[in-house]
Amino acid sequence: MDVVLFYLFGAVTVGASLAVIGQRSPLRSVLWLIASFLGLSGLYVLLDSPFTAVTQIIVYAGAIMVLFLFVVMLVNRPREEALADHARNGLLAKGPRRSAAALAVAFLALVGWAIARTPERPIIAEAAVADHVSSVAQIGRELFTTHGFAFEVTSVLILVAMVGAVVLAKRVL
Amino acid sequence: MDLTFVAHIGIILVVFFALQMSAAVTVLMERKVAAFVQQRLGPYRTGPWGVLQPLADIVKLVFKEELRPRAADRFVFMLAPVISATAAFGAFAVVPFGAPTDFFGLLPEPIPLRVADVNVGVLALFAVTSMGIYGIVLAGWSSNSKYSLLGGLRSTAQMLSYELSYGLALAAVLLTANSLSLSEIVDAQKGYWLGVIPRWYVFPQCVGFLVFMIAAIAETNRAPFDFPEAEQELVAGYHTEYSSMSFALFFLAEYINMVVVAGLATSLFFGGWHGPFLPEWLGWIWWLAKVFAILFFYIWTRWTLPRYRYDQLMHFGWKFLLPLAVANLLATAAGVLYFGS
Repeated sequence: MDVVLFYLFGAVTVGASLAVIGQRSPLRSVLWLIASFLGLSGLYVLLDSPFTAVTQIIVYAGAIMVLFLFVVMLVNRPREEALADHARNGLLAKGPRRSAAALAVAFLALVGWAIARTPERPIIAEAAVADHVSSVAQIGRELFTTHGFAFEVTSVLILVAMVGAVVLAKRVL
Repeated sequence: MDLTFVAHIGIILVVFFALQMSAAVTVLMERKVAAFVQQRLGPYRTGPWGVLQPLADIVKLVFKEELRPRAADRFVFMLAPVISATAAFGAFAVVPFGAPTDFFGLLPEPIPLRVADVNVGVLALFAVTSMGIYGIVLAGWSSNSKYSLLGGLRSTAQMLSYELSYGLALAAVLLTANSLSLSEIVDAQKGYWLGVIPRWYVFPQCVGFLVFMIAAIAETNRAPFDFPEAEQELVAGYHTEYSSMSFALFFLAEYINMVVVAGLATSLFFGGWHGPFLPEWLGWIWWLAKVFAILFFYIWTRWTLPRYRYDQLMHFGWKFLLPLAVANLLATAAGVLYFGS
């Protein structure tokens, strides 16, 4: 059962992620990205971490993607094709496109090599590990003790980004 | 097949149909209360006191023509009401509505009366509710009409702004109860202080309840915060272009969202299905009474208070409600640390 669900959610996540970059319409891309996040949160549930799964949905699918959608909605209307400015875009000329394709192939080879080097492991971790469901208290304690420094640095980073956005948007404070 | 499994399936079906019925009952209640507030009679021809009015409404909606604007994005236009309704139904899954029961000795061991037991219940409900925003946003965008788009944008901004206060008010209760599971929170409110006052969290968390209720009314797009569908400015807001059953799905979602909020408020602040006088297996009667009291409050507010102005809404949400919610959370955390939970 777990294996079937793993493949199901994995397929949803990977398929939706591929669909994100295979779209012309930015709004459809956003929708596929949300589907991908939902698949990912299913995988977290299978890993016995319901808190991470739910947080994934609340933070990414519920809040950040809504902001993405907000911007896309203001910029695009349903039946507008964004093809016209492709011709003028210097990045889409032949040279850059070829080197990008070469880079993509090289990256694919790298990923394949990395996967080939990983030792064979069962998909579902051993029962002893999967036995304990990670609790919110545990996560909190780890986050504020062992990873306290990283946590604080991340929050400062976010604060810097926020201040930067305010400064950029409001020239006169 | 063993009986426990059958009982679980039964609970799921009962909850599904009861939610649909609750939407119908709430619509009737809304029309009757509105009428009495305005010194009218309200629906009174369809059955005694108009109790068959929701049925007539449903029949009317089913037989209406399904229209779709030519300029609309076909797939997303169809998807939006489905997302709305699914999120509304799904959110109810973790709300407990009665004491664990073995159905008069029919089952080997008692099962709790709720659809799903998730150990992060409150957060799961929060997550599913936040998915409901997409229904409204996508409806507004895909209709390709000014009114719908403005309604969709407004509701996005409004729901994002109030979701923060809503979440912080929830967090204060979670701290008090020291648990994320709704049934554990309900059980923690069993019993009385000094023998008379029920141990409901609404008393220690009165500020939290105030913030929660205001934010919840804004989250469910109800008056005085019903900007996404302010009829004087936006015709009908995000569902202007919808008709027939797809309109009905939005309508259903709105009312079921109200029921979910009422159920959540009952579990978090009013002791869920615990109450005096009745034996434990009749706890669901207390639960229903509390839920309908909150629904009545919702309707009462709608027909009493005028709508806010949009800038006032944002001002109030970010500069008053959010600081209040944060202060409440900090005070609660300090209290829990000092007194022990």
